[in-house]
Amino acid sequence: MNASGWKPGTPVPSDSDARHPTVTGNRALMLEEPLIFEIGSTDTYGVDLPEPSGEASPRLGKFARKNGTGLPGLSEPQTVRHYTRLSRQNYAIDLGLFPLGSCTMKHNPRLNEKVARMPGFADVHPLQPTSTVPGALGVIDELAHWLVELTGMDAVAMSPKAGAHGELCGILCIRAALEARGDAREVVLVPESAHGTNPATAAFAGYKTEDIPADKDGRVDLEALKARLGPDVAAVMITNPNTCGLFERDMKAISDAVHEAGGLVYCDGANFNAIMGRVRPGDLGVDAMHINLHKTFSTPHGGGGPGSGPVVLSRALAPFAPLPFVMKDADSGELRLIEEENAGEELAQSFGRMTAFHGQMGMFTRALTYILSHGADGLRQAAGDAVLNANYILRSLDDVLDAPFGEAGPCMHEALFSDETFAEGISTLDLAKGLIDEGFHPMTMYFPLVVHGAMLVEPTETESKDALDQFIMAMRSLAERAKNGDETLKTAPHHAPRSRLDEAHAARKPVLSWLPAQ
Amino acid sequence: MRYLPLTDTDRDAMLAKIGAASVDALFDDVPSDLYLKGPVEGLPLHASEMAVEKHMRRLSKQNLAAADAAFFCGAGAYRHHVPASVDHIIQRGEFLTAYTPYQPEIAQGTLQMLFEFQTQVARLYGCAIANASLYDGSTACWEAVAMAGRVTRRKRVVLSGALHPHYAEVVRTMAKFTEDRIAGARPSLTAMPDDDGLIARIDDQTSCVVVQYPDVLGRLSDLQRIADAAHDAGALLVVVNTEPVALGAIEAPGNLGADIVLGEGQSIGVGLQFGGPYLGLFAVTNPKHVRQMPGRLCGETVDADGKRGFVLTLSTREQHIRREKATSNICTNSGLCALAFSVHMTLLGDKGLTALAAENHRLAAIAADRLAKVPGVTVLNDHFFNEFTLMLDGDARQIVRDLADDGVLAGVSLTRLFPDAEGLENGLLVAVTETTTEEDIETLASALQEKLS
Repeated sequence: MNASGWKPGTPVPSDSDARHPTVTGNRALMLEEPLIFEIGSTDTYGVDLPEPSGEASPRLGKFARKNGTGLPGLSEPQTVRHYTRLSRQNYAIDLGLFPLGSCTMKHNPRLNEKVARMPGFADVHPLQPTSTVPGALGVIDELAHWLVELTGMDAVAMSPKAGAHGELCGILCIRAALEARGDAREVVLVPESAHGTNPATAAFAGYKTEDIPADKDGRVDLEALKARLGPDVAAVMITNPNTCGLFERDMKAISDAVHEAGGLVYCDGANFNAIMGRVRPGDLGVDAMHINLHKTFSTPHGGGGPGSGPVVLSRALAPFAPLPFVMKDADSGELRLIEEENAGEELAQSFGRMTAFHGQMGMFTRALTYILSHGADGLRQAAGDAVLNANYILRSLDDVLDAPFGEAGPCMHEALFSDETFAEGISTLDLAKGLIDEGFHPMTMYFPLVVHGAMLVEPTETESKDALDQFIMAMRSLAERAKNGDETLKTAPHHAPRSRLDEAHAARKPVLSWLPAQ
Repeated sequence: MRYLPLTDTDRDAMLAKIGAASVDALFDDVPSDLYLKGPVEGLPLHASEMAVEKHMRRLSKQNLAAADAAFFCGAGAYRHHVPASVDHIIQRGEFLTAYTPYQPEIAQGTLQMLFEFQTQVARLYGCAIANASLYDGSTACWEAVAMAGRVTRRKRVVLSGALHPHYAEVVRTMAKFTEDRIAGARPSLTAMPDDDGLIARIDDQTSCVVVQYPDVLGRLSDLQRIADAAHDAGALLVVVNTEPVALGAIEAPGNLGADIVLGEGQSIGVGLQFGGPYLGLFAVTNPKHVRQMPGRLCGETVDADGKRGFVLTLSTREQHIRREKATSNICTNSGLCALAFSVHMTLLGDKGLTALAAENHRLAAIAADRLAKVPGVTVLNDHFFNEFTLMLDGDARQIVRDLADDGVLAGVSLTRLFPDAEGLENGLLVAVTETTTEEDIETLASALQEKLS
């Protein structure tokens, strides 16, 4: 039995409904949409069914399916309408500012989409003979070249499917390199402010994790780190710029200390957008770093994926990269896809394979299109504008909100605030839901964990000053209401397709697939 | 630059508000000897939309698109027709440019879609609960092995020899860094898969048995027998499916004793795209196992007014809450590919999927019969859905390469998949879908006849 028994078409009195009820439950452009299981049937379909001509004897034997699948279908007009109605209940970058710290929700150029759909990219099979796909290898090689040059590194493993997958790739390269010199080690150090993926990744690679303390400015405490380094430390995972939005000033010294102690340096590249074209991680002593193509190079987030997380590697780690990868032949300059079937020398130390086929090709074409559009100068400018936009927000709000590291120098691409100034009983969540009513997607909440009631705002470079000014106006008003203990914030949002959803109920009594009412 | 809205006037006004002399001054924390004073050298500068499009089109034209060839490649990625409305819907900005639905009040579109998707996958697989997708089939395979270890608290994994070698390699690679012990094998070239041999390898230390269905050679295993043997030993049966269209014609693994069913969803709605992004499907038959599942889950709840709504739930399994104790380090899912799958599956419904599967099977059977008539060609399989293995009187890899020069993509040679295995040199994996014409089949038959004579 479904949780509420409510279904579209049943008006439910809420404040605004009660004043002007409708019999359908719809409210003009806010249309309620049932589930496909409630409107579709197993006899309905929206495709042309084949009309078989020649026959051949079937080869399914006893394996043939005995019953139907129970999958409901809709006609094409119903399908288009169903999903279009659903889409209008989503906030998106195309609608407005999406200031999610650590996520870099920038504009997604449509040229990227057009290019990815060219038949020579969209309609090629990963196991076609390589002689028939030089253009695909060319895209991989050209993108790899950009990534290596922008980061000042020596090689790139292209296949990881997402940021967290890239982290795993980098840490596994580190582990393979240490094992190759007979020095496995067992600990990875991670700052408290790190993304949750960092410790999870280290654990999946078989390492124990320990926290690195932060100094009062929200940066890694260099002396505390040095004191902890030793023969058991395999690697440190640093996010730079870090999740407090600050550049790790001591990065070079951190890298030197880690290398001196025989360890390696992993950099979480989630925030690379702030520094691309302005400083190269390779120059800071980084050994491995993943790059989120869906953040920095604007391949669409798509409501939660797909991402893409290529990993740039230092000379020390390059031989351990997972298959497949693309190499330029030193003599002929010809591109070669190195995979199991043709790997010779190159394969000797590779730690293995992380995914079927070659990685997120559809994201490579989009990212390369974006990079070529910007060029080296445009990427550098984008990083500058991203940082400028974040500092503008920081300095336009630091008189009404607590900015815990506001005195620690300019922020990078994101501005961090706490709930310090809020009245008793008003939470970061309340302010975030109030922001929904003002027409914005909330910022990242309660992350990083080192700040109480954290609000992490990342505007990105693709926001105009007008959009920022409107956001600042909304935030100033909300900060004031939070400070004054405005009770209406606790029931926000009031204008979204749904009022506040009961997440505790969802976890207590999980309903994870549709069942017909009993 | 067309993607950067700020003007110099804006920048000056903003710098004045910040109290900084220049944009460069905002980077004072970067050591000055490492700060780049201008664009990275040796890389091209910005380019117009027209110029970039031209450059990318030139690269794309260097590839032989499947539509321009007689095309028979499968081996874990299949070419199916995708209705135009699917691509239209996934390009709607509200879906394309949305984030993970962490703010459910303004993400009901994505969340309701994921709830529908989870239900569709569960029904297709014959399972109770599916997650909101993983990266792809191969990574889902490792996640299933890891989950089986959590459920059974055992460390020995039995892989079928006829599991897609990339999937097996991903599992072996990840297991190097955990304590799992992987017992793998190579496929034997027999008309029926060696289910007895697989069952014989299960012991009381086994956490799971991993079987592909249809397998990498296109054959079908008796899952119920393997499930019974696994369960008798206290192990789980993990079933891998790389061709979801097959499940419109063959029995769902969840109805045959599988505990975890996972696979690649690319066939439905996603397209080939040279191998990615793809769509990992993952489902379990026992609802008790849900708290050990990897990845995101969408669940039903109510809002403050009592209206039905959807949220991401049970996230205490996940890395952003549980950090080093999470069930997986996965953060993202494959949302937009899940949407493409869900829209295509909604257009198909049971009737469309059944008809699509029947057409795939019909054409594949016609192809098998026709190719078997070519001197020097035999069909290995007793049973298959839309993909089968040919044994040629010649080196299959060389023949595939030679035929590609004539615009015939004849399939995937077993040597491409299993480069180190001996005795597979003559094997060719041939996939046929509704996009294959009888003319294509004739083209392949005559091309093979010419090469083998």
